[in-house]
Amino acid sequence: MPANRLSRRISRAPSPLIAYAAPWATVALASCLPGWPLIAMAPIMPPLGFMTLLAWRQLHPGLLPVWAGAVLGMVDDLFSGAPFGAAMALWSVTMIVMDVIEARFPWRNFLTDWLVAGVFIIAYLALGWVIAGRSGGMIAPELIMPQGLVALVAYPMVGRTVGLIDRWRLMRFRVLG
Amino acid sequence: MAPPGNRRPGYSRRAHNNIFFAYVAAGVGALVGGALLFGSMSSTGNFASLRNMASDVTQPAAKLSAQGRSAAGGAWGVAAGYFTSGPENARLKKEVALGRVQAVELATVKQENERLKAMLGLTSDTPKPITFGWLVASTSASARRYATISVGSLQGVKSGMPVRTHQGLIGRVLEVGLHSARVLMITDPESVVPVRRASDSIPAFATGKGDGTVQLRLLTLGLNPLKVGDAFVTSGSGGLYWPGTPIAVVSSLTRDGAIARVLGDPAVSEMVAVLPAWAPGDDPTLPPPADPVKAKADADAAAKAAAKAAKQKAAE
Repeated sequence: MPANRLSRRISRAPSPLIAYAAPWATVALASCLPGWPLIAMAPIMPPLGFMTLLAWRQLHPGLLPVWAGAVLGMVDDLFSGAPFGAAMALWSVTMIVMDVIEARFPWRNFLTDWLVAGVFIIAYLALGWVIAGRSGGMIAPELIMPQGLVALVAYPMVGRTVGLIDRWRLMRFRVLG
Repeated sequence: MAPPGNRRPGYSRRAHNNIFFAYVAAGVGALVGGALLFGSMSSTGNFASLRNMASDVTQPAAKLSAQGRSAAGGAWGVAAGYFTSGPENARLKKEVALGRVQAVELATVKQENERLKAMLGLTSDTPKPITFGWLVASTSASARRYATISVGSLQGVKSGMPVRTHQGLIGRVLEVGLHSARVLMITDPESVVPVRRASDSIPAFATGKGDGTVQLRLLTLGLNPLKVGDAFVTSGSGGLYWPGTPIAVVSSLTRDGAIARVLGDPAVSEMVAVLPAWAPGDDPTLPPPADPVKAKADADAAAKAAAKAAKQKAAE
């Protein structure tokens, strides 16, 4: 059945636009989502854009090109509050290092994926804290810990959501001819 | 699960080149990002126009979510009200009875105040807000505390204007888009607000700590006179923030001051007023400015004091 879901039926086919744009659009949307639900007085929301990028990268290696980190990071920089260029640099490095890790350890499962993503998220938050401190906003290190814990726990859920969107991504539409 | 074999594309030179150039592009992206980061860390105002464009584009969606947020909070308040309405009603009746008496007293005091002010030729120092807007978004995933408001240069907002809720100061406008603006909140570590104790005008500086509180540093050294529960308002020194805006209440004491909880909690009220930036020179109630020679000497003394304070801070 799964193979059948992807195949083209008579006069119905997945839209190439949606199939290719979905990962880019969801990561960009996830970048601006954390700012909307509440006006936070402390860093509490997980870095959803970065987590969505990791989830797409782990679900479909090769769907997002390795240079996607620079483009999507630039979008994230517009909303995140970090100095411009921070996410651009960190996300690019992430995509390259993810490729290296994948070449080193080709066999993966749920737990190793979670572990790898967890290490990336913690390193990303720590570096973001250092960058914020260098640009004039030094806060106590224990203030980013709740955010890190939330991000670690929430990562499998982000992965699940990305999986759902991935099924929708290949939805078939009526085509002519 | 093993990864797909897209690393070994066979003998196609084109496929090899594609992979190679993708890695080159990723490396260039990382380097460009690092260079931009270096540039924007030296001056935070860089790339403001890009950010403003982005917040202008997302403003409608963010405003919708802010209104939903506010409605949800209101619905919760209504539901909770059903459970507490009885005792609340009795308490409010008592308060109204007291309040009526106080209102009459207040009216006479106000009248007398106006009469005295008229005698001295003073004008009122309450600013008229430029415009009202919603707090629509904040950088809740970052260590920095910026918020976005739903009004911008089309509504007359300019950089540097103070922003407040009905409860207290939120921060000041940093970057302005067409119909959105970025606000540096008073809880951001970069924000410094000159304040004074509401009861006896002890001067202090309020610096954000990034967790919904501000650190109060007293200007005078010696015994720490602060107590838990002391209210602080802006002092207006140096301009920008209007004097007398409530800002924070002391929650715990430190060696050289206190930690205070911010009063203008955006979780309680998301409607904000943007006030004109206060310039003490425009205020007719203040004495005329000093002559240039004295002003220069004053500025030198102030710079010296600031350098001394910075040195002291570094020594700590």
